[in-house]
Amino acid sequence: MGLGRLADCMLIRASVNGKARSADVTPATSLLTMLRDELELTGSKNACEQGECGSCSVWLDGDLVCACLVPAVQADGCEVRTVEALAENGDLHPVQDAFLAAGAVQCGFCTPGLVVATADLLARDPHPTDDAIREALAGNLCRCTGYQKIIDAVHLAEEALT
Amino acid sequence: MSVIRERGRIGESARRVDGEPKVTGEFAYGSDLSTENMLWGATLRSPHASARIRTIDVSAALRIEGVRAILTHADLEHAKTFGLEICDQPVFADDAVRYVGEPVAAVAAETPEQARLAVNAIRVDYEPLPPVTDMEQALADGAPRVHHFGNVLRHVHVLHGEVAAARADVWVDGYYETAMQDQAALGPEATLAVPAADGGVDLYAVTQWIHVDRQQIAPILGLPEEKVRITLAGVGGAFGSREDIHTQIHACMLALRTGRAVKMVYGREESFHGHVHRHPSRTWIRYGATKDGMLVACEARVLFDGGAYASSSPAVVGNACSFASGPYEVPNVQIEGTVVYTNNPPCGAMRGFGAPQVCFAMDKLAATLGMDPLELRLKNAMKTGSRTANGQVLDGPAPVRELIERCRAIPLPPEQPATGRDPIGYPGGAGNVSRGESLKRGIGYAVGFKNIMYSEGFDDASEATVTLRPSPDGPVASVRTAAVEYGQGLYTVLAQIVRTELGVEEVLIEPTTSRVGSAGSTSASRQTTMTGGAVLGACRAVREALGDRELSGPITRTYTHHHRATTPLDEHGQGDPHASFAFIVQRAVVEVDAELGLVRVLQIAAAQDAGRVINPQLARGQVEGGTAQGVGLALTEEIQLQDGAIRNASFTDYLIPTILDVAPVVTEFVEEPEPGSPYGVKGIGELATVASTAAVVAALRAATGRTLNRAPVHPDDLVGLRPEARTSGPAPVPDVPGQKSIPDYLGLGLGQQLLMKASDE
Repeated sequence: MGLGRLADCMLIRASVNGKARSADVTPATSLLTMLRDELELTGSKNACEQGECGSCSVWLDGDLVCACLVPAVQADGCEVRTVEALAENGDLHPVQDAFLAAGAVQCGFCTPGLVVATADLLARDPHPTDDAIREALAGNLCRCTGYQKIIDAVHLAEEALT
Repeated sequence: MSVIRERGRIGESARRVDGEPKVTGEFAYGSDLSTENMLWGATLRSPHASARIRTIDVSAALRIEGVRAILTHADLEHAKTFGLEICDQPVFADDAVRYVGEPVAAVAAETPEQARLAVNAIRVDYEPLPPVTDMEQALADGAPRVHHFGNVLRHVHVLHGEVAAARADVWVDGYYETAMQDQAALGPEATLAVPAADGGVDLYAVTQWIHVDRQQIAPILGLPEEKVRITLAGVGGAFGSREDIHTQIHACMLALRTGRAVKMVYGREESFHGHVHRHPSRTWIRYGATKDGMLVACEARVLFDGGAYASSSPAVVGNACSFASGPYEVPNVQIEGTVVYTNNPPCGAMRGFGAPQVCFAMDKLAATLGMDPLELRLKNAMKTGSRTANGQVLDGPAPVRELIERCRAIPLPPEQPATGRDPIGYPGGAGNVSRGESLKRGIGYAVGFKNIMYSEGFDDASEATVTLRPSPDGPVASVRTAAVEYGQGLYTVLAQIVRTELGVEEVLIEPTTSRVGSAGSTSASRQTTMTGGAVLGACRAVREALGDRELSGPITRTYTHHHRATTPLDEHGQGDPHASFAFIVQRAVVEVDAELGLVRVLQIAAAQDAGRVINPQLARGQVEGGTAQGVGLALTEEIQLQDGAIRNASFTDYLIPTILDVAPVVTEFVEEPEPGSPYGVKGIGELATVASTAAVVAALRAATGRTLNRAPVHPDDLVGLRPEARTSGPAPVPDVPGQKSIPDYLGLGLGQQLLMKASDE
């Protein structure tokens, strides 16, 4: 008796990074598990799986969400964008380039989530103050950098995007 | 902000060689790995701190759909225990469990859910026993024994000069406690184990030292080491927590049993139970000084809770004893350091490795003497030629006075008006709880030091191979090493060394595997020195082989770098136990809301002794990140135990600093080259964590006037609702043989030392 029989499977269809994708999920499957284990998009990370660390930040219909807190079924018919969609034709997104230039990457496990959250912030607020950056990124934990170079990276990206 | 170069030589902020896949999401961490037809592993853990196991019934679990194997201690056909320094940790609990979270069984199933269901269906009949959950209780007469030989894991006795005969004008007693801290690396423990046609196993694992993993795994599997082939999986941070075995052995056993690849990954809650932590500590320390502030004597009793198994506790307490009297010239020192077994979760390596716990004591002496705390430190600071508590002469740079002056000279953050700020600018910040009615500002300093590389006679050599080959676009170089990168930038530093020595632009760092010789552990701030030294040596050998010729074919050279020999401690804890030392001074500026007990750290200033900086941007990143971990221990980070069980095994309840909690870190390096070290480097990674906790606590004391002798400092401590940590007097000196660990005396099976002995043969 596996979970597959305990709970009905459901076929989810979603636009993921601009492509039509589908996956069989249970009601207990999170969007993060669907992305990572069903669609093999492992850029979104699984550091806490309870919405504390932001490592799984993705866009769901344009809204920044923690994919670990979103049931996969909720993404049915939606548009999902992940970190894998940021670089285009092999060119890094300015936020990705800024994270490297500023030295904001160490182990890198938090980086995809922070890159997505930063791109989201700069789309809403092209010239954030340090306090605005801190507030916007307060849901993204990083254990390596002490965050200083992440703030530097946001400002570098801000320059590159304007 | 430093300007970075795409490629760079030593002294330049070269761009990370592993950076691009990390920002695009392509970098494959251990938890990202998968393969065809793979099973998922899961672990059953003890709910008891101490219990006898009467029976284990897996029959119901085996009937669950998708289950392919369940393993318990009965399936251990070869060696049954493992461990970094001493093989005292069962792969699966045999007749007893000794901590909450100890592995009892492992399951492999077709899906993670099926594996978890099967774990829950295993029936274990436990007879709970009274646990030892307090480190002083462990030393009491009649305490339950965690292991049959007693509760003392190691006692270290250090005697330098004559404390009893020392004559001082002033004696000052202090007592300090620090909590159990979690490394909280964001990337979880993970292994993918793939059974091989030759009966061996290929595994992709998250670790800090591939060869010491292999040395522990192979005897359990009953395989020769060459049939246990390890490739490093991407490591999402470590900070000491990946030194010990986690999923590796269980995944290999399940893979060999089922003949299928097996993946094991811990979730966050399991991660808290699946790796060792920073030792909680209690320190009783007494300084004697003349009226004008010259240190005469230091007497310290240091007690660490090692938890249920040894891990690296013997080395950690050895370190604490080396550093407890501080980076000061003290003619008479006696330090008694003990690490005990308890039924708490095992403790072991975390950044700083025994040094952060003993960095708190000087301010109280300064206050008693009526001296400025920095003047007291300047008066007594170590310098080249000073002797440590171990009697070791500092023959390398020891620029403590210069570090103090440099740190003091860093401009303070500007004073801000107490009222009228944006609420985010007050303690409590985004919580919007203060309007600045009772703000108090405080400034505190801490001065710390630590050993670089392994100590007490351990030869943690590193081997590296460098190849230079022609290509149509000019010569290219590649590096083969087993050294682990887990974020600090080692591979970038190695590439910078190769570019510098061989004048090439293209440097390939080959995959990190057990097929090459050991590089030692990525810990003890040692890899830039050790593997950097090995790569430098190999490059110079390549250059020598090339001579004045034109490069016509590949040239490959291998070099092994050893640090200078160190010695074990003699009966009085004297000797030359450490290969190299580094020093740091940190200043914290804080604001406290004295009514709410909330804190805002305004700035951390750091002056660090770095020998020679290879990559300024990476080096600053180490200071900034290490500081944040120290600030965490000062303010919020504490594994809370109740009867040996972790109560806060999540990032909701275990609070690591967020971007709202950290302050700007202003870093200065003092670069005095270390003799005998490649380019004169000194390790950088751990120092900021050694001093930042104590600096923040000192600043909180200055702001509030309270004793604050326990880290982390809680809001209740700052408003006076919780009394200071009290003690009924120093812990007793246990009646055991000193210096070596007790299991070592009893011949209970060595860990790392065996590896080093094997490499000598």
